[in-house]
Amino acid sequence: MSDVAIRVENLSKRYRRGIPTGNDRLSEAMSNLGRAFLHAPRQLWRRSAQLPSAAVPERSGDFWALQDVSFEVKSGEVVGIIGRNGAGKSTLLKILSRITEPTRGRFGLAGRVGSLLEVGTGFHTELTGRENIFLNGSLLGMSRAEVLQKFDEIAAFAEIDDFLDTPVKRYSSGMQMRLGFAVAAHLQPEILIVDEVLAVGDLEFQKKCLGKMDEVAKGGRTVLLVSHNMTAVRQLCRVCLWLESGRLKRSGPAEKVCRDYVSAETSTASRSRSWDADPAGMGNQLFRLVSAAVMPANGTSEDPITTRTPVWVELECETATRPDSVTVTLLFSLPDGTVAFGTSLSESPVGEPFLPAGRCRCVCEVPANLLNAGELVVSLFAVRVGGEVLFKCDNLLRLMVHDESDRRFGWYGRRVGVVRPQLVWHAAASQSCRILEGLTNE
Amino acid sequence: MIHLLNQEKVEPTLGEVETPFRQASGELSGSDTNSASSPAVPPLQYYGAAPSWRLVNGRELWRHRELLWMLALRDLKVRYRQTIVGIGWVVLSPLAMGSIFVLFFGLLGRMPAPEGVPYALIVLTGLLPWQLFAGTVTSCTTSLVANQHLIGKVYFPRLVLPMATAIPNLVDFAFALLLPVALMIYYRVSPSWPILLLPVFIVLVVSAALAIGIWLSALNAIYRDVGYLVPFLLQLGFFLSPVVYATNALIPKRWQSFVALNPMVGALEGIRWSLFGAEKSPLVLVLTSASVTTLILVTGLLYFRRVEGVLADRI
Repeated sequence: MSDVAIRVENLSKRYRRGIPTGNDRLSEAMSNLGRAFLHAPRQLWRRSAQLPSAAVPERSGDFWALQDVSFEVKSGEVVGIIGRNGAGKSTLLKILSRITEPTRGRFGLAGRVGSLLEVGTGFHTELTGRENIFLNGSLLGMSRAEVLQKFDEIAAFAEIDDFLDTPVKRYSSGMQMRLGFAVAAHLQPEILIVDEVLAVGDLEFQKKCLGKMDEVAKGGRTVLLVSHNMTAVRQLCRVCLWLESGRLKRSGPAEKVCRDYVSAETSTASRSRSWDADPAGMGNQLFRLVSAAVMPANGTSEDPITTRTPVWVELECETATRPDSVTVTLLFSLPDGTVAFGTSLSESPVGEPFLPAGRCRCVCEVPANLLNAGELVVSLFAVRVGGEVLFKCDNLLRLMVHDESDRRFGWYGRRVGVVRPQLVWHAAASQSCRILEGLTNE
Repeated sequence: MIHLLNQEKVEPTLGEVETPFRQASGELSGSDTNSASSPAVPPLQYYGAAPSWRLVNGRELWRHRELLWMLALRDLKVRYRQTIVGIGWVVLSPLAMGSIFVLFFGLLGRMPAPEGVPYALIVLTGLLPWQLFAGTVTSCTTSLVANQHLIGKVYFPRLVLPMATAIPNLVDFAFALLLPVALMIYYRVSPSWPILLLPVFIVLVVSAALAIGIWLSALNAIYRDVGYLVPFLLQLGFFLSPVVYATNALIPKRWQSFVALNPMVGALEGIRWSLFGAEKSPLVLVLTSASVTTLILVTGLLYFRRVEGVLADRI
């Protein structure tokens, strides 16, 4: 097979948990030196570079960020890598970019690799935009001649023509990011490795990045893309790798793998959670969640939720700040991250806008006939007056809303839209009607 | 590749995983016309867990020579920003330092220098190379730690970082050379043919600095203690090396080949010999120092390469 761009064979990477101790401090290595003069330098030698070989014994506290991952990517393919946080996605990218070495296994790359794990790597704020383009370019693996050749394009893409000779420290953060991406976008390696760069920047810029990525892919180059944005992965990638706890869980067509991933994530849907027994709990010194649950009104969290039932989100929490200062906001979103709506205690038409100090219970009622059928994710923010976020919990609760409409007109499919409110309509007969007139004339 | 995997073990896993990809691309592209139009794919190059011992990859380093230059250029450009005197500092500081030593030994009435050469010249021709050496060692030591954000985000041979630090220091040195040139004209000291060997001795200074700096940079990446030790060690080295004295004037003959184990002894004496000449060339000193430098350089490179593989995780 000559058209393989990336081949990964049994790749594993082990990390040590926590702060390295023991001989990592020179003082200890030195005391060893005193104890056994001849023996210690060998120890120092051996331990200062933990031998990345299978021969190294496993210690408690070791963990495998990647374990026996094997796959193959054809040239010109755009591959998405998905998985939860800590599943090993970034480790995989770091190994393939050759930033760090695997503990075991090997990987083959066909041609030059450009990795984009961060926008604007190596920018020096004292240097001007022009100088930084050259520095960043050479860090990403471009030759000076290449940068020179594409310089105008880069400057135009970044939209910073007027500021080319201004030190980057005077740039706005948006400008810095545009400049960083502009350089990276003009990189022309055979293999491009991208880590969630799309997550940053304003909407317009994201669109531009997505467009550029598409262009890169169409140019026949191989792209590896790590993202949490399923929509982006589905749109850009043909194939997809799903990592879970350091192992390759599934690979295949992006559409299918993404669907499986999303449904697997939601099968762990939790309608009710409690941290009462957990002393550390969920939260911090200022705000702590004791329990959270979602249920149909007057029901339990075991009962099914339908589009026609009002839904209660019940929270039990503790605040340690002075009363009348903390409020909670709930965000209801679709599994792909699209926010359906948000609602806040402070905007409630009845009752106090703040949580009472100490432990309290609060309920938010979502009216019937508002939620559409399907999966919903509830996230929580605890906010202090003035907008300071005390605590934030994504994916606090997950619920499945079942369709239960009377289907009067024979439409059995899912209603479109994020919400499906039942709104009041008015229809009344008028005097003249051309259709009716036409009918009577016949 | 040293760590070749057992092929029998690899194949089945690969076979399993390959299938969905084949299907995927088959499904989506429909036919193979796509791959026919795309440019030829270069052969796979394999990387894996590194062997514990490896030498410097010269080709890789050469490929990144432009990066080395860009990093050096970055340091050069930033070096004297927001200063008034700017690069003038490279002349001013040895001038001030030199004056102190000339005054001190002048008041003492005994110059640790051979007859015939003004003491001011001895001091300057010691201070400038020493500045080059100490400056390079210092910036080498911190080079990896100071650039850890790069190490975690992009690949390049890490050796580029300590090596690049020599360039700004060399530029400083070149400017500072104006000072002894002016003084030599003033004292009417005219060098003869050995001056042609001056570049060799400057290379020796830089090699010694890099050899020690490469060791220290790798050590400092893992043991930050090194960063605190270096200023003290350099202070010690300043007096152990013939910076403000000439070896012949202070060190007894029988000790001389012993002190030449210090790489800077041969280099500094070589520089003075190439400028002022002497009846006897310091050949033994130079050869001893050069051998020690080579030894430190080779072991340093080995250690550096060993640390390099885990640098991103351990720094």
